Amino acid sequence: MNVLIKNGRIVTASGERLSDVLISGAIVAEVGTNLAPPDGCQVLDASGCVISPGFVDLHTHMREPGREEAETIETASRAAAKGGYTCVVAMPNTDPAQDTVAVVEFVKLQGERAGLCDVRPSGCITLGRLGETLVPFGALQAAGVHVFTDDGTGVQNHTLMRRAMEYAKDLGIVLAQHCEIASMTEGAVMHEGSCCSHLGLPGWPALAEELMVYRDIELCRITGARVHILHLSTARSVDLVRAAKADGLPITAEATPHHISLTDEQLRGFDPLFKVNPPLRTRDDIEALKRGLKDGTIDAIATDHAPHAPHTKELALDAAPPGMLGLETALGVVLAETDLSLAEVIDRMSVAPARIAGVADQHGCEVAVGSPANITVFDPEITWSVVPEELASKSRNTPYVGRTLKGRVRHTILRGEAVVVDGEAKK
Amino acid sequence: MKHFLDIAEISRESLIELLDMTANMAEINRRPVPKVPALRGKVVATVFFEDSTRTRISFDTAAKRLSADVMGFAASASSINKGESIRDTIETLEAIGVDAFVIRHKTGGVPATVTKWSDASIINAGDGANQHPTQALLDSYTIREHFGGQDLTGLRISIVGDVRHSRVARSDIQAFTKLGAAVTIVGPSTLLPSDMTGWPVEVCNEFDSVIGESDVIYMLRLQRERMNSAFVPSLDEYAQRFGLDKSRAKRMRAGSIVMHPGPMNRGVEMCVDPAEIPNSLILRQVTNGVSARMAVLFKLLGAGGIPEDEG
Repeated sequence: MNVLIKNGRIVTASGERLSDVLISGAIVAEVGTNLAPPDGCQVLDASGCVISPGFVDLHTHMREPGREEAETIETASRAAAKGGYTCVVAMPNTDPAQDTVAVVEFVKLQGERAGLCDVRPSGCITLGRLGETLVPFGALQAAGVHVFTDDGTGVQNHTLMRRAMEYAKDLGIVLAQHCEIASMTEGAVMHEGSCCSHLGLPGWPALAEELMVYRDIELCRITGARVHILHLSTARSVDLVRAAKADGLPITAEATPHHISLTDEQLRGFDPLFKVNPPLRTRDDIEALKRGLKDGTIDAIATDHAPHAPHTKELALDAAPPGMLGLETALGVVLAETDLSLAEVIDRMSVAPARIAGVADQHGCEVAVGSPANITVFDPEITWSVVPEELASKSRNTPYVGRTLKGRVRHTILRGEAVVVDGEAKK
Repeated sequence: MKHFLDIAEISRESLIELLDMTANMAEINRRPVPKVPALRGKVVATVFFEDSTRTRISFDTAAKRLSADVMGFAASASSINKGESIRDTIETLEAIGVDAFVIRHKTGGVPATVTKWSDASIINAGDGANQHPTQALLDSYTIREHFGGQDLTGLRISIVGDVRHSRVARSDIQAFTKLGAAVTIVGPSTLLPSDMTGWPVEVCNEFDSVIGESDVIYMLRLQRERMNSAFVPSLDEYAQRFGLDKSRAKRMRAGSIVMHPGPMNRGVEMCVDPAEIPNSLILRQVTNGVSARMAVLFKLLGAGGIPEDEG
């Protein structure tokens, strides 16, 4: 099976050139202009589009096993493919949690069955994400897990986190932290600030995140472990990571599309659609995150795609679960809201996250002869509006209804197979 | 006016109009038979997701004095915690037939959210620490009734206590300042909102420094659980620093009044029997509450004008 992508452009840091890309099997066979399609070859038009390595999401909640009413690995994979992702790291807060080889193998298997996206399970740091006992890191690593996190909560116990880092360093695995001091955020529903005070709602102080960012930086300093900070949301957190990187620490960080596009003011209507953890912050935080993305302090854009069944988002703000959809809108938000160059967008959404997730041999590879055919073709100029009913996700909790996004995925190719063609998932 | 949700959405003119309407209702309530047919055939549903006897009875009485039918729905806190759908509750009651929902919920925003699911009028009977707009109306009315005049211009009002967790304070501050009063909020920083950017108030951390300067001392209820989260070191210490005791009551300015939204915590914020204070208007607030809620119900559901006697 061959695929020929016609009339696109390949964008790299050193420039861009008009190209056709011929894929044979799961490998890029030829890159050039005016390539002729071999017999029986599928031809994909890419006029006006960028031919990019497929996006890699470091932060996807697929909800399976345990909360299939919100999302399944199949529906999340379809959403990912439509969003241009060829690889996602599946977050471990499933039920049961991804803390055993059995659950991790199940997630991989379901990903393979769906066949729409390369699903890489993360592992918990502690059993059941309870913050008490470390998971069997070695056994999980042998099962293919590279990123470990208790996402949804941070590891609160300082000594336990120190031990986890010491142990992780030996294995070369990545510890990813949801930075939040739980005792400071009890009952919180939104960012602690003037809007929160006005509405009389319990707030998440920025400090609850920053204290743990600082702690993990210092633990990284004494252990040398590979640490990844999930979904940075405050200006001060960006400063802390920038300083840590200047010190040469092996720290990486991500930011979500919603944290660079929406503020706490969205909560004025009390809509649980905008409840997310960490919470939407202020305009100043957004600007700091954008600067961090631009200068590379923040390595990656990660979605924190968090599907929730509609009825759960119709509860009162405190009862509704935090989280919003992200896979299908990420590119459109990033191109609409940031001044990143196309090469920078490709780096933050594909190259850097592939490196962090340990999948750089398969994903995030420059589109060139011999590289794996995990490719996304996107139109960077097209503007569009989100229609929730048209999303591939099983849930509808997108915060972008009524907003104009810029840039949309046209084709996605996974291991040489066009799984999305002209915006439509092919399976 | 379709809903009554938030004092911030109500203009000064509408507020004064509602105060005048409250006065009309108070006149009805003074009659030997305090009942008019103004809302005959209308159905008012009181939907209290959070327990409240006083506010519920006050609304119930207000609706009945206007001859509306009242449908009561009380959801225990536990069934809500089990994830019972607010939307299902509202849609079910509306299918039976409701003209106005009176809604209380422990979480801010629920009454506003319900407007998305219902065609009926929604009255906020208290949501989280967000708003309690009928309380603000009855409080404003009580103050105006006492001091006279069209609004509250020139009055100095001190609101004392747990402003952070108080929907009464949020609504009162907006109403009182809209009506021209100067408002000072008084309490330890732990019990004040963490960010008061844009609040039209003075802030004071010492009760004693405002006690002789205020025309109205408005005491807020301190929930006893607050000391569990280190908002105050102890109830006793709170009472000493921010409780209204005999000594402070004596130092109040001549002609000034004491108010409290109820229920009082005796020995905590109220360390003196209100009956011993000459100018306690606490029970007057309760009485006026019925008139204020009648005014709101009539404004939302009535035919306009002033309610008339039965032909």
